[in-house]
Amino acid sequence: MGLTLSWLSIIILIPLAGLFLRSLELSPEQFWNILSSRRTLNALRVSFGLAFAAASVNLVMGSIIVWALVRYRFPGRRIFDAIVDVPFALPTAVAGVALTSLFAEKGWLGAPLAALGIKVAFTPIGIFVAMIFIGIPFVVRTVQPVLQDLDPEIEEAAGSLGASRLQTIRRVILPSLAPALLTGLALAFARAVGEYGSVIFIAGNLPNVSEIAPLLIVIRLSEFRYADATAIAVVMLVVSFVTIFAVNRLQRWAQNRVPAR
Amino acid sequence: MTMQLTDAVALASPEAKARAHAEAARKNLRTEPPAVRIAIISAAILFLTVFVVLPLVVVFAQAFSKGILAYLAALSEPEALAAIRLTLLVAAISVGLNLVFGLVAAWAIAKFEFRGKTFLITLIDLPFSVSPVISGLVFVLLFGAQGYFGSWLREHDIQILFAVPGIALATTFVTFPFVARALIPLMQEQGTQEEEAAISLGASGLQTFFRVTLPNIKWGVLYGVLLCNARAMGEFGAVSVVSGHIRGETNTMPLLVEILYNEYQFVAAFAIASLLALLALITLIAKTVLERHLDEGHEPRDH
Repeated sequence: MGLTLSWLSIIILIPLAGLFLRSLELSPEQFWNILSSRRTLNALRVSFGLAFAAASVNLVMGSIIVWALVRYRFPGRRIFDAIVDVPFALPTAVAGVALTSLFAEKGWLGAPLAALGIKVAFTPIGIFVAMIFIGIPFVVRTVQPVLQDLDPEIEEAAGSLGASRLQTIRRVILPSLAPALLTGLALAFARAVGEYGSVIFIAGNLPNVSEIAPLLIVIRLSEFRYADATAIAVVMLVVSFVTIFAVNRLQRWAQNRVPAR
Repeated sequence: MTMQLTDAVALASPEAKARAHAEAARKNLRTEPPAVRIAIISAAILFLTVFVVLPLVVVFAQAFSKGILAYLAALSEPEALAAIRLTLLVAAISVGLNLVFGLVAAWAIAKFEFRGKTFLITLIDLPFSVSPVISGLVFVLLFGAQGYFGSWLREHDIQILFAVPGIALATTFVTFPFVARALIPLMQEQGTQEEEAAISLGASGLQTFFRVTLPNIKWGVLYGVLLCNARAMGEFGAVSVVSGHIRGETNTMPLLVEILYNEYQFVAAFAIASLLALLALITLIAKTVLERHLDEGHEPRDH
């Protein structure tokens, strides 16, 4: 017991406390000045905005993938099911160079897209693509078990009582999946906001345009501007705390709802 | 299919016929028209192919784009070998540390009741949701030249940052949750009865742990170690912040991929990347096998 707590505090609590202590050394005015500088604001906007957009795409595409994997039988289903975990397992730097080479102007997908006038690599769209890549397993793996366990009788009941298939999905299935869908969205968002390795290669990293907040932290560190790095880190950390908290509340809400169903 | 169905219906008794019809009707209530079905399956396959399969294929295509000899030459560069050695060393350290901690933490959380348990679980999960860059930053703030322990370390001539200890620490931080997370639900499910029986029959605490608890959770331990190791070898953001990028000394494999890529040495970069991708694929296959073992272990308890 004692061992657990002391090990935990050494490896997790002390470093995090150090971060917050460091940020307390800044006066509120300094803190505000760092955060409200144009470059910081733009980096935060790029990270949070694109992470939310990517998580939303993951929510929609993740639901479609879950539906196909759970409800239908098609050749290669088990392989595609296993493949969903690749973004979890593939080191982020590898994902980064692979996506960049795929979407670069001469890449397999970049070339046809460039012919259509769409530039992906080294633009904000590249960041968006990388964030979609790393977020997809979160939605699929949180929603999949819930859809698998869904009681078939409630669907049959809705159908035999005259509901159309669309009505059944909208009024019966979606509400049952809602907590899992929201959890998946939150997890994909949290991961995308903090993501570094798979994004920086494809991003282009142009300040104010395609520079993500984690990269700005690294840049400030290399300039020895520790105060700036700390302030940005604290903002991001608070957002991830809030997200985990929201996820935990969501899970409790979902558990409490089960008996009522 | 339709032949079989009509045959079966024709042969069966009226009740069976009615039942078969009802069954078919119920099935219809739970599925979509074929066109919708095909559209959903195609969308899922297309998305996974573009976003997951193609990036994986690109890694190997690029690595072998100049032939197998160039590939092997890239991997036998001293720099590449140094990076592989360092990655293995760091992974061994952090997996070892987190194995011990994960076992103790899961044991404490699953088998005892105490105040602050929920807080402890949240704390264990934390490294999952913190940006890897921030995980690296906290160690710079602690051990860097301007950090809280910076001057003390310098006086005693201890190098943590930009050296192996810093890389190992950051990796341990990032991979902290894996073993504990794999074991907590497993140990909670198994309860304390077997341990209590062993102790009441005169076994010591350690004997109970090695003879009763450990055999029960061995697949879970392997599962946690597997995921922990994969992440430890592949960690990029946190390690990048604390490593200092000293060539041949503090470059792990993911960091070397970045350096080579930025120097336009694509074959070399993707050769190293292909080893990491292979590690990821092996991890996924092993994970599937272990999950099957874990599910088998569950069944008698669930029913």
